[in-house]
Amino acid sequence: MMNQYDVVVIGGGAGGMSSALGAYQNGAKKVLLVERDIELGGILQQCIHNGFGLHHYKEELTGPAYAERLKQELMDTEIDIKLQTTVLKITKDKEVHMMNEKDGYQVIQAKAIIASNGCRERTRHQIDIPGKRLSGIMTAGLAQRYLNIDGYLVGKKVLILGSGDIGLIMARRMTLEGAKVLGVAEIMPYSNGLNRNIVQCLHDYDIPLYLSHTIAKVSGNDRLEQVTLSEVDEKFQMKEGTNKTFEVDTLLLSVGLIPDNKLLTDISVKMNPITNGAYVNDKYQTNIEGIFACGNSLHVHDLVDYVSEESYEAGKNAANYVLHQNKVKQNIINVKSSDHIHYVIPNQIMLDNKNVAFKFRVTKPMEKALIMIKQGNKIVIEIKKRHLLPAEMENVKVNKKVFKYDDDISIEVKGV
Amino acid sequence: MFKKEMTCIVCPRGCILTVTKKDGDYQVEGNLCKRGINYGIKEVINPVRQVTSTVKIEDSIHPRLPVVTDKEISKDLIFEVMDEINKVTLKAPIHYRDIIIKNICGTDVNIIASRSMDHI
Repeated sequence: MMNQYDVVVIGGGAGGMSSALGAYQNGAKKVLLVERDIELGGILQQCIHNGFGLHHYKEELTGPAYAERLKQELMDTEIDIKLQTTVLKITKDKEVHMMNEKDGYQVIQAKAIIASNGCRERTRHQIDIPGKRLSGIMTAGLAQRYLNIDGYLVGKKVLILGSGDIGLIMARRMTLEGAKVLGVAEIMPYSNGLNRNIVQCLHDYDIPLYLSHTIAKVSGNDRLEQVTLSEVDEKFQMKEGTNKTFEVDTLLLSVGLIPDNKLLTDISVKMNPITNGAYVNDKYQTNIEGIFACGNSLHVHDLVDYVSEESYEAGKNAANYVLHQNKVKQNIINVKSSDHIHYVIPNQIMLDNKNVAFKFRVTKPMEKALIMIKQGNKIVIEIKKRHLLPAEMENVKVNKKVFKYDDDISIEVKGV
Repeated sequence: MFKKEMTCIVCPRGCILTVTKKDGDYQVEGNLCKRGINYGIKEVINPVRQVTSTVKIEDSIHPRLPVVTDKEISKDLIFEVMDEINKVTLKAPIHYRDIIIKNICGTDVNIIASRSMDHI
């Protein structure tokens, strides 16, 4: 007889731990959490900086401390945990095929599966940096892991491409450990990182931020020796005569994160091409019944607190699905993003009296904006915002009672 | 006359503040809300930061333990704090929030463990 579980959670980071807790605390009896690393915590373990937990724990924590708190909550439950275990595939019938050194190849039958297996960094090869394959060019998150977990400083003179938060955090971290960070280059005319990180990671250490700049050339023999930056115009074409050359041994890339969803795409779960995550309804359920998605494999979050909140809900919904098999098929309406909204989660909602959290990002920085949640062409909710940034995910909670029709919902924003 | 420009980080908007000192009084300009005044003046009089780093640890699952100041310390002390942190070598086990260095650099701030690390 195959080993059976109510809920199997794939991934032991913030999303996985929170969704396992959500499932267990809402009635799922047999819950299994599967993690491929040697311990729980996921990416939090290498994010040693502070700024986590202000919403969820009402205090400011470091990444490892946030993971520690979640782990402590898990230890008070009877959730089974398998470490150093890789999930090879899942099936539409909710079999989980996994492998580790001790159990070998194992197949587990789940009633519900939650995919919370995070994201990966975009690499050099996905952004076409010209030049040789030199050592010393790597993603910012990899350098962070080497430094904060393994204790290796990957270089002494550093340039960073991309002003996402990981790049900014690493600019400060490498500086504190004795490296010289010569600058951060960003192809967009604005930074993609949080203001707080621009100030406390760059301004505090006089590290220049080169906006509207990208890499024209990398050179060296085996190790990186020089990086040439060029200014770009509004069409991202390099401008002649704007080259600046930096003598560096290291180039860190902080150029975006891509949700890791091979387990879901292998079984043809419907995906959203903008987020690279699954299409989900407001239960965080994919188009395959009983398969849920949350955390950074659903969409990339800027705050772990939101990962926890969303994933706990996903776990709770998975438990409800297992306990009640509540297959609500009627009154499902689509949610669409429209003018200046990059994407919105969820993609579908079920009409009932409960609350829904719409999460979305704008496509460009905006001052004095009006967010409109419409049903058909009727404006249901209007929210004034003094400022909106692509780097900050908006999170608007709405009671679904306000949606009285069967028309699609759209979220729009305009300047006022 | 003293004058300093900075980006406010109280909210995501990021107002560009100009803090000046005239006749002993600080004045903040460029702020869209009142919170910017406090931030601007504090950043000029006594800017403080929390510092996070790692220390060497032996007999544990990883060779480095993440640590953090238990309160904010003066921004000017950051590199001195880093020097002290880099002198330490610990032995596992360590528990979450254990004090690693007491009263670092003569302040009332302690360096504490960000997580537990078991002995292996």
